[in-house]
Amino acid sequence: MNATATTLATPAAAARKRRHYSPVRLGTYAFLLSAAIFFLMPLYVMLITSFKSMDEIRLGHLFGLPGSLNLDAWRIAWSSACTGLACEGIQGGFWNSIKIVLPSTVLSIFLGALNGYALSFWRARGANLLFGVLMLGAFIPVQVMMFPLVRVLASVGLFSSLPGIVLIHTMFGMPVMTLLFRNYYASIPLELFKAARIDGGGFWRIFLQLMLPMSTPMLIVAVIMQVTGIWNDYILGLVFAGRDNLPMTVQLNNIINTTTGERLYNVNMAATILTSLVPLSIYLVSGRWFVRGIAAGAVKG
Amino acid sequence: MSKAKRGWRQGFTLYTALLPMLLTVVFAYLGTIAWSLKISLTASRTFPSDQFVGLAQYVRLFANERWQVSLEHLAVFGLLFIIACLVIGFLLAVFIDQNVRGEGILRAIFLYPYALSFVATGLVWQWMLNPTLGLQETVRQLGFPNFEFDWLVNQDKVIYTVVIASVWQASGVVMALFLAGLRGVDEDIWKAARIDGIPRWRVYFSIVLPMLAPTFATVFVLLWVAVIKLYDAVVAMTQGGPGDASEVPAKFIMDHLFGRANIGLASAGSIVLLLSVLALLAPIAYARNHAKERA
Repeated sequence: MNATATTLATPAAAARKRRHYSPVRLGTYAFLLSAAIFFLMPLYVMLITSFKSMDEIRLGHLFGLPGSLNLDAWRIAWSSACTGLACEGIQGGFWNSIKIVLPSTVLSIFLGALNGYALSFWRARGANLLFGVLMLGAFIPVQVMMFPLVRVLASVGLFSSLPGIVLIHTMFGMPVMTLLFRNYYASIPLELFKAARIDGGGFWRIFLQLMLPMSTPMLIVAVIMQVTGIWNDYILGLVFAGRDNLPMTVQLNNIINTTTGERLYNVNMAATILTSLVPLSIYLVSGRWFVRGIAAGAVKG
Repeated sequence: MSKAKRGWRQGFTLYTALLPMLLTVVFAYLGTIAWSLKISLTASRTFPSDQFVGLAQYVRLFANERWQVSLEHLAVFGLLFIIACLVIGFLLAVFIDQNVRGEGILRAIFLYPYALSFVATGLVWQWMLNPTLGLQETVRQLGFPNFEFDWLVNQDKVIYTVVIASVWQASGVVMALFLAGLRGVDEDIWKAARIDGIPRWRVYFSIVLPMLAPTFATVFVLLWVAVIKLYDAVVAMTQGGPGDASEVPAKFIMDHLFGRANIGLASAGSIVLLLSVLALLAPIAYARNHAKERA
C-alpha cells in the first residue's frame, strides 16, 4: 500500500491545502457517513438483538439498546438450540466446519501451488490447455456438476463423508488456487529456477525446498481465501457432507428456518454471529491481505 | 544415469504431479458436464435412464411455470443487483478517493459484509425486514403509524429484499476493486485536468471512467457469476417464498434434483445456466485474445 500512498495524492494534493470544510467536502463526508451507517446497521442490530430477552424484542424497538447484557441467547445458540431433531446448539456445526476447513485448505493450497509451479517452470505438453479448461471451471455453476458428482462419490463410498466433502472443496478450490500461484511464480525470475536445476535440483526438491518457502505472501493470501470461502460455503456442505458432518452454515440455517413454534430471534442472531465469527475475525486481522486475495481471485483468466 | 533415462524420469514426475489437475478437469468438470448434458436429453426421473427423448426436457422446462417465474426473478434480481453494486461501489470508491479522513476504517466498514456468508447475510436481513418486529414496526413506533415496509412477505416485492441484502454484501468488493483502479490512474492526468480547469466530476466521468474499463469488465463478470449462482441467500432469507415469489433457477434445480426427484428436468435447467455463463464469457475471452494479438 506504499505505492497507493504516493498515487493517493491525485485529487488529494489540491484538497490537502484547503482542509477547511467547503460544502463539497461536507457533502462527501455526509455521503460516506450515511453509507457507513447503512453498512454497519445489520451488524449493530445483530449484536444488540442477541443480548436482548424475548420480552424486549417483542416491544419492536429494533435499534434500542438491551436493558441488560443478557448472555442466555448465546448459551442457548451454542449448546441447546434445536436443528430439526437434535437440540445440541450450533457447537457441533462449529467443530464440523473446523474438520472440513482444515484439510480442505491445506490440500487445495498444496495442489494449487503444485499446479502453479508445474505450469510456470516446466514444459508439459497440453498443460496450458488443461489450465484453460480448469479456469473455465471457476465459472461453472455447481448445479451442473452436482448430480454426477453425487453418483460418482456414492459409487466409491465417499458420498456423505468427511473425506468426500474435503475432496469436493479441494476440486472446486483448484481453479482459483492454481491461478493465484501460477501468476505468483510467473513473477519469479526464471534464472533462479535454472540455477537450481544446474545445482541438480529435481522437480520435487525445487518445489518443496525453494519455491514453496518463497511463496509465503501467496500462501497467506490463499489461506485467507480458502478458510473464509470454505467456512462460508453452504450448498456443497449441504449436499456432500452428510448428516454427521453438516457445516456450521447449514446448521445455522436449520436452526433458524426449520424450527417450529415461537421464533427466538435473540438466539437466532447469536447463532448467526457465532457462525460469522471465524471469517469476520480473519477479515479484521488480515485487512489488506484479504483485499489482495479478492483482487487476485477477481482477475480470473 | 543416461540422459534419455533421466529425461524420461523427469517427464514421469511432472505428469504425476499434474495428475490431480488432469483428473479434476477431466472427471470433475468435463465428465460431469457431459453426464448432465446426457441426462438432460433422456427421460430420467429418480434415476438416470437411457431412454433418449431429444430436447423434450428443455421443452418441458420452459413450459414449467415455476421455471419461468424463477427466470423472471433472476432477471429482475440480476439487473438491479448489478446496477446497484456498480453504482454504489463506484461512488464509494470515488468518495473515498477524495483524501478523506479515516479512509482505512471506512474501507473496512464497506467491505466487512463480504466476509460474511450468504446464509448469515440472508438471516440478518430476514430479521431486519421482519414485518412485525423489524424496521417497519420500529419506524411506526417513531410516529409514522402508516409506514409500510412489508416487502419480505409481499409477493410482488420480496425479490427486492434479496437485492438489498445481496447489494449490502457485495458492493464493498466492487468498491475495493474500483478503488484499486482509481489509484492506478496516472497523476499527470489529474494535473493536466486541473491546469485546463476541468471540474473534477467531469474528469471522473469523461476520462477516469473510460480508463477503468478493464476493472469494469472484471467486476461485471464477478457480479454476473454471483447472479447465476444465487442460491444460499434466497434459501436463508425467504426459502423461495412467499409462494414461489422469490424462486430462482439455482434453487429450482436443487429442488428438482433432491426434493422432487426429477433429475432430467433439473439437468436441463443446469445446462441452461451453464450456457448463460458461457454466453457472457465467450465474447469477453474473445475480446481479450483479440487485444493480446493486436498488442
